[in-house]
Amino acid sequence: MALQDLCNFQDVFLDSVTTECSSVHFGKKTGCDFMQGSPFSNSSSLFNFYIPPVPLPFPISHGTTTLAFLFQGGVLAAADTRSSCAGQVACPASLKIRPVHSHMVSTTSGTSADCALWVRILSRELRLYQLRHGRRLSISGAAKLLSHMLHPFKGTKLCVAAILCGWDGGEEDGRHDNGGTKTELGGCTETAKKIAKSLDTSLQKTQSSSPTLGGQQHLTREKIRFSGPSLFYVCSDGTRLQGALFSVGSGSPYAYSILDQDVKWELTLDEATSIARQAVYRATHRDAYSGNHVDIFHISSKGWTRRSREDLKEEYYREKERRERGMRRDVTYEKAQCGD
Amino acid sequence: MCAARLKLLLCNLHVRGRQSTAISKLSYSYSSAQRIRAMEYLVGIQGKDFVLVAADNVAASSIIQMKHDYDKMFKLSEKILLLCVGEAGDTVQFAEYIQKNVQLYKMRNGYELSPAAAANFTRKNLADYLRSRTPYHVNLLLAGYDDTDGPGLFYMDYLSSLAKAPFAAHGYGAFLTLSILDRYYKPDLTREEAVDLLKKCIEELNKRFIMNLPSFTVRLIDKEGIHDLEKLTHGAK
Repeated sequence: MALQDLCNFQDVFLDSVTTECSSVHFGKKTGCDFMQGSPFSNSSSLFNFYIPPVPLPFPISHGTTTLAFLFQGGVLAAADTRSSCAGQVACPASLKIRPVHSHMVSTTSGTSADCALWVRILSRELRLYQLRHGRRLSISGAAKLLSHMLHPFKGTKLCVAAILCGWDGGEEDGRHDNGGTKTELGGCTETAKKIAKSLDTSLQKTQSSSPTLGGQQHLTREKIRFSGPSLFYVCSDGTRLQGALFSVGSGSPYAYSILDQDVKWELTLDEATSIARQAVYRATHRDAYSGNHVDIFHISSKGWTRRSREDLKEEYYREKERRERGMRRDVTYEKAQCGD
Repeated sequence: MCAARLKLLLCNLHVRGRQSTAISKLSYSYSSAQRIRAMEYLVGIQGKDFVLVAADNVAASSIIQMKHDYDKMFKLSEKILLLCVGEAGDTVQFAEYIQKNVQLYKMRNGYELSPAAAANFTRKNLADYLRSRTPYHVNLLLAGYDDTDGPGLFYMDYLSSLAKAPFAAHGYGAFLTLSILDRYYKPDLTREEAVDLLKKCIEELNKRFIMNLPSFTVRLIDKEGIHDLEKLTHGAK
C-alpha cells in the first residue's frame, strides 16, 4: 500500500501537466521524506533543474507541526494540514490527526503514507484485542504495541512519529472478565497528577469522570487499572515516552515555546483550544513546512470530538489588522492577543 | 584504569570506520544520533557495602528535550539495577529484554542471578548482536549487591566490553567527572561521602558541560535492596 502510493506519486510527478488535478483526484496525501532531495532522472523537461541537497545543521525531521497535551478536561490534540514533499506543498488539506478508536486519536508526522498505514494497522490490532479480551487495551499498551511493531523497521527509511492521545478506562459495554485475566502491565505512572483507580468487576462503569481517589485495591489477581487521560509519544526510531505535553515535527520548537508558557492542568476547554490554536499558528508562521489549516481534536471520557477545520491565513490577516489598528490608535505598541 | 580507558577510546575510533560499512541500520542513524547519545550521563560509585548510581533525566530528540523526568534505570531484580543510555529505541528494547530474561531465570531456577552473572549475561547478549544485522548501540552500567561478594559495579559499552570498576561514568560528562572521581575516591567511602562526591561531579557538569541537565535520579543499592534518594536538581529549571 505504501509502496504503491510512492510509485503512483512518482508517476504523477513525471506527468507535469496533470500534477495538480491528480493530487486532488487521489484524495491521498502522499508526502515523501523531504530530506531526500533526489532528482527525478527520467523526468520531463519542466523539472530538469536539480537542487542539490544541502546538509542540514541538525536533523530537521518530519515537516509538520503536531502537538498534544493533557489538562483537566482530557486531552487536546492539534495539528496543521500541510503535506510537503521535496520543498513543495503536496497537499494543503491533509488530515494529520487520525482517530484510532472511539477514545483514542493519533497525531502523525513523518512520512504520510507510513503514518496512515501504521495507524490503521494499530487500530486493527486494538480492535482484535478488544474482541479477544473484552476490554480496550490501555493507551500505554497501545503505545508499546506500536513501538514493538515498528522496531523491526529501525534503520530503514520508515518514518513515523506519532503521539497517541486517549482516555483509558470507562468501558461502556461493561464486559469484564470475572476470572481476573492478567491485565497488561501498563507504563509507569510518573506524573503526580494521575491517580490509579481500581476497577471492581461488579462495578459497571459507564462514564468515568476526571480521576478520583481509588477505593479498595484488590491486590489478589486484578491489577490496578488506570482510568483517565493519557499521552504517549511513539517514534519509529524506538522512542516511547509518556508525558503531559508533546509537540512533534519541524514546527515543534516554535510550538513548544508557546505551550511551555501557558499550558497548565487547570485550563478550561476553551482556553486549551485557544492555546493549541495559537501554538500551531505561530509554528506555521515561522516554519515553511507547516501551514494552511489547523485541526483540533478533544478527547474526554466520552470519546473524541473534532473542532471544524480553520484556515490560519485568516488568523494572520486578523492579527495583522489588529496590530495596525493598535499602532494607529496610540503610539505605544499594543500586544495583540490571539483570542477565539 | 587510565590505560584501559585510553584503549577503549582508541578502539572506539578504530571500529567506527569498520562498522560504517555495515548494513544500513547503523550508518543511517549513526552520525546524528551519536551526538545526542553522548549528551546523556550515567555515573556509579561503589562503596564498602553499597553502590551509588545516578543518571540524568533528559529524554532528548534532536535539539528538543522531550521529557525532563525520564528514568534511565531498569530494575533487574531486588538488588540489581541496569542503567542504560544510547540510541533511542535500542536502550528500552535491550534493557527490557535483559530485565525479562533475568526474571525468567529466577522463575525457572528459584533463585536470582548474581550481579556478576547478570553482567556477563548482558555482555554476552551485546556481543552476540554486535556482529549481526541489528547491533544494539547502548552503553550500560550494571550495579548490584551480592550477599556473598558484596557490592559490584560493572561498566559495559556498545562494543560489549565489560569491566568491574570501583567507579565509572558514561557520556561526554564522563570526560569532565572521571578525574574528580579519581582524585577523591577511596574504597571505604561512607554513604554520605559518596553522595558528596556525586554532588561534586554534578556541580562540575552544571558548571562546564554545554548541555543543560537539570536533574538526576539517584539510587543506592545495599544489602537491604534498592533505595531511592533525593533527586539532585540544578537551581534554574
